[in-house]
Amino acid sequence: MLKIENLHATVADKPILKGLSLTINAGEIHAIMGPNGAGKSTLAYTLGGRPGYEPTGGGATLLGQDLLAMEPHERAAAGLFLGFQYPVEIPGVSNVQFLREALNSQRRARGEEPLSAAEFLRLAREKAKLLGMDMEMLKRPVNVGFSGGEKKRAEMVHMGILDPTLAILDETDSGLDIDALKTVGGGINAIMRAPDKAVLLITHYQRLLDYVKPDFVHILADGRIVRSGGPELALALEREGYAEVIAA
Amino acid sequence: MSAPLKNADALEAVRKASDYEWGFVSDIEQEFAPKGLSEETVRFISAKKNEPSWMLDWRLKAYRHWLTMEAPDWAKLDVPPIDYQDAYYYAAPKKKEELGSLDDLDPEIRRTYEKLGIPIEEQKVLANVAGAPRVAVDAVFDSVSVATTFRKELEEAGVIFRSISEAIREFPDLVKKWLGRVVPMHDNYFATLNCAVFSDGTFVYVPEGVRCPMELSTYFRINAENTGQFERTLIVADKGAYVSYLEGCTAPQRDENQLHAAVVELVALDDAEIKYSTVQNWYPGDAEGKGGIYNFVTKRALCQGRNSKVSWTQVETGSAITWKYPSCVLNGENSVGEFYSVAVTNNFQQADTGTKMIHNGKNSRSTIVSKGISAGRSNGTYRGLVRMAANAENARNFTQCDSLLLGNRCGAHTVPYIEVRNPSAIVEHEATTSKISDDQLFYAMQRGLDAESAVSLIVNGFAKEVLQQLPMEFAVEAQKLLGISLEGSVG
Ligand SMILES: Nc1ncnc2c1ncn2[C@@H]1O[C@H](COP(=O)(O)OP(=O)(O)OP(=O)(O)O)[C@@H](O)[C@H]1O
Ligand SMILES: [Mg+2]
Repeated sequence: MLKIENLHATVADKPILKGLSLTINAGEIHAIMGPNGAGKSTLAYTLGGRPGYEPTGGGATLLGQDLLAMEPHERAAAGLFLGFQYPVEIPGVSNVQFLREALNSQRRARGEEPLSAAEFLRLAREKAKLLGMDMEMLKRPVNVGFSGGEKKRAEMVHMGILDPTLAILDETDSGLDIDALKTVGGGINAIMRAPDKAVLLITHYQRLLDYVKPDFVHILADGRIVRSGGPELALALEREGYAEVIAA
Repeated sequence: MSAPLKNADALEAVRKASDYEWGFVSDIEQEFAPKGLSEETVRFISAKKNEPSWMLDWRLKAYRHWLTMEAPDWAKLDVPPIDYQDAYYYAAPKKKEELGSLDDLDPEIRRTYEKLGIPIEEQKVLANVAGAPRVAVDAVFDSVSVATTFRKELEEAGVIFRSISEAIREFPDLVKKWLGRVVPMHDNYFATLNCAVFSDGTFVYVPEGVRCPMELSTYFRINAENTGQFERTLIVADKGAYVSYLEGCTAPQRDENQLHAAVVELVALDDAEIKYSTVQNWYPGDAEGKGGIYNFVTKRALCQGRNSKVSWTQVETGSAITWKYPSCVLNGENSVGEFYSVAVTNNFQQADTGTKMIHNGKNSRSTIVSKGISAGRSNGTYRGLVRMAANAENARNFTQCDSLLLGNRCGAHTVPYIEVRNPSAIVEHEATTSKISDDQLFYAMQRGLDAESAVSLIVNGFAKEVLQQLPMEFAVEAQKLLGISLEGSVG
């Protein structure tokens, strides 16, 4: 589904990704862990097409389409969703309005009929419920005045509504309390665990992986994948730390 | 603006079409005043309109005074010299005789309004949109009003809704009583010019205790080349009356600049309320700054009565240069003035706009919410005066002034003037300037919006407080317009 080959990328002319390769097949859940500043968010942004994150070598395809050649909104319509480490506030624009416009422009780009206001509200209500979020929150402006945990939960409601093929979730677990972690984990499974979908979880801790069991775990350090393994790799990291595990 | 009552598909089409959808020219036979400005021009206009002699005298007095005046230069605007002799001051569709009914309207003019989506035929309004609120329209084409709708029904409610030319003939006493009372003849250069050569506009009188049964609107269209439009609008709400009035405007796309110098006067007596909404979409000039309308407008309301209220809401997206300060003179005790404004400038547009709230009455209150959006190489200025006169006991003002910048080559400026002569008065002023951040843009695009929709959404969010003051159909229109006027500002 996602094929990243020897990807190089710079931020402000500084090389951050230095030959990263990773393949994710449909139906799989992968986790990426790695020290602060290793380039995890940079990978997510580069795949999402964020201006300023310049691919300088290698490539990435989603279902065979050249991701790097597309505009960010085209990548979204092609099925890519980024859960942001720091979700962004948009004053004056309600989540409902924002997501309905976003979903309908994705649908139009794919040649599908846009949803009516009523159909959309039904969908939004269902996904809000799945993530344990009050519908009233969705009527508020995007992320404005949301607590850190509420923002992360809202990201997952966005994901539920947009129903992507591939979700890259950047530290979705950080900021969540213990109960929220469980709800969000359940939500990710419900929305994304399917034979034709895949997830890339970026995280620092095992706790999310207790709920969303990864098939593969990778360690990203200094712009490359330096080790890959099964779920046991995350447990080893938690016990021993990066220095030990990378050296081993 | 385009139509208040169009369907979503048409809006979508407008959205996808070229930059300025309303830039077409209608091919109709027209009649002009002799070119240039002179007493002769003034007499010509007055005669064309069959005006009584008091009106002509008033115009001539204004003209003679105007000759002694100089154009204002205090605004933050770069206004090229205007050759007042190189323009026409009157252009009207040629007609054989007085229009008996709408059926006699030149089909080309009818098509123009159809193209603009303006409902000038009552049955159409009713047929097309079931359950939609009805809007009565005064359609002003260059210098003359070509149609006013729903007259009958309004008359039954006691509301007078006429072109100002008709009102001068039919209701001379009412017009005489209030014309020039709010904006005096000598007020300023452009207002005085308007007094001399004003062509057409709307007159509304809502009698005591009457709530106007529908929204009233005037749709201004400049069509003729080299022609100035000098509209004059007078709205009087008698004691306890209420009226909501909408104003929209467009003009063809032309390389020369055209002058639009309007005067709007509002009067609210005891317990009366006037809500005045404008969506201004004059041709702004092209991306290189060529052409466009000079929009030099004096709008003022007299809140004369106790508990009277006037609310100005404006969405300014068009014009090459805008010079406009819809104001309230709050004479009445407990009177209320409001000014809600969104002003967008793109490419080489310039706007210097704001308001004056003059508090004379006890406990008078005013609210100012101004949202400026600048893109391209444009400049937007908010200029506002809040004056608390000596006897304005316990008067209050709250001002919120926000500017949003798109890109690095545009400017936003805030110039508040505050004069307080009564120690019990309270004036609050808040101002912010922000940019649409790359974070916001990328976030919205990652969710599936293209760059232009993302900007449009963010800008509409920024302007929401003002947009929600507009009547519903107008708000939808205005939202689309904000998006369209910012097209090409990101990329
Ligand atoms: N705009 C920028 N200018 C310069 N350097 C940047 C910029 N953005 C990111 N970087 C650098 O790129 C490197 C990778 O950052 P990135 O955010 O991808 O790390 P990360 O792996 O997500 O870290 P964390 O675990 O702390 O979230 C860091 O050294 C960071 O300082
Ligand atoms: Mg990160």
